Amino acid sequence: MGEAIVITSGKGGVGKTTTSANLGTALALSGKKVCLVDTDIGLRNLDVLMGLENRIIYDLVDVAEERCKLKQALIKDKRFECLYLLPAAQTKDKSSITPEQVKKIVQELKQDYDYVIIDCPAGIEQGFKNAIAGADKSIVVTNPETASMRDADRIIGLLEQEDMEPPKLIVNRLRNHLAKNGDMLDVDEIVSVLSIELLGVVIDDESVIKAANKGEPVALQPDSKASIAYRNIARRILGESVPLLSLEEDKGFFGKIKTLLGMK
Amino acid sequence: MAMVQKLQHNVTIKGTKDGLVLLLDDKCSFDLLVEELNDKLTAGSSQMLNGPVISVKVKAGNRYLTAEQEEKLIEVLKQKENLILDHIESEVITKAEAEEMRKDAQVVTVSKVVRSGQVLDIQGDLLLIGDVNPGATVMATGNIYILGSLKGIAHCGTKGNEEAIIAASVMKPSQLRIAHHINRAPDSYPELGNEMEFAYISNEEKQIRIDRISAVHRLRPKLNSLL
Repeated sequence: MGEAIVITSGKGGVGKTTTSANLGTALALSGKKVCLVDTDIGLRNLDVLMGLENRIIYDLVDVAEERCKLKQALIKDKRFECLYLLPAAQTKDKSSITPEQVKKIVQELKQDYDYVIIDCPAGIEQGFKNAIAGADKSIVVTNPETASMRDADRIIGLLEQEDMEPPKLIVNRLRNHLAKNGDMLDVDEIVSVLSIELLGVVIDDESVIKAANKGEPVALQPDSKASIAYRNIARRILGESVPLLSLEEDKGFFGKIKTLLGMK
Repeated sequence: MAMVQKLQHNVTIKGTKDGLVLLLDDKCSFDLLVEELNDKLTAGSSQMLNGPVISVKVKAGNRYLTAEQEEKLIEVLKQKENLILDHIESEVITKAEAEEMRKDAQVVTVSKVVRSGQVLDIQGDLLLIGDVNPGATVMATGNIYILGSLKGIAHCGTKGNEEAIIAASVMKPSQLRIAHHINRAPDSYPELGNEMEFAYISNEEKQIRIDRISAVHRLRPKLNSLL
């Protein structure tokens, strides 16, 4: 019996889908059986990032409405035997599915997969409720900017009311030189306001955009900083204790983060 | 003559330097009381009852006055235009009122982070162990004490108590509200000071002001229950 993790953020454009694709890939790299579920019905993107768009025949809504079997809708990844995608429908909207239906599908997937990664749409309405319905754990993605943090805070409040473990945080698109100059929020500040456990920090890296456009998750690249960050996050999900990646030779700054994390 | 004796017995009018005090007997029936009060006010030749404007306090003793009964008393007093009713007081309150008073006096302890979009509304004083994040609101009919940082909105004295205060370990609110007063935060906070502070309504300016926590005993001595 695997576990289902929902990747959410509240605000749009902070990198939920990128995070889902890369964490899924990184977990698959570690040999785990992973299924990605896109719940962003009407605005699906996860298939594009994974480069699997042209293989979609059935989707999440088809499964929910029992037009096909779950196994028929699952798309096997080009690169990994153990990585699958359940795509969202593009021609419907969020209300064409209910939280109960999602829960049932996720339960079924958990039987066969070690990790079910659920990509949540932006917002706090129906789509969000659908996405979190079947999840055991949650990861909140935020950017180091006030608006994104405000929405993350709202989302954490909603997640805390659910029957699941406290959410964990990924700070995405950090630009270290800006944070150091005080022109951007730094990680310490974000963690102190949101007061949840930090799972990892991903720096703003051009290679992420390039890789996304090619339909190949950046986590496949051996040496880009974002790639290493995603793989480290995956290892932390697997229960390893991995120290935070040093983005720059600035011991003081990272020393602080390490203490915050309790060296986790 | 017997009638007059009785009148004096049930409604006593006393003059004080602040105005008149009407002492109402709490044993007789209410109708009798109204009748006699009426008689006294209309028949009275006393200068007090016809002279300049004067404030009146009504003391009902151990009699519970319903809203209609209070209304009736006010009506009777209105006949005399120079009498201005200050208030009606009674030694008796209903259980429901007593329960409300108890709730208003209690301190409610909450330990959590109040997050954006969440509203915490408390009857009584709020003791929050945790932060109030930007976009969150905490409200209390009494005082608000926050062991943590206040970055959202705090509203104390929601039923109109202007004596209420808001104290926070880190005071960086987006808005402060005390009773019906509202104060917006400055557009940027100076980076100095981790001093614990509290907000109150100053007597002179009738405006929300912030001071160091050590000034609270001077500005709100009634907060102290250890006298």
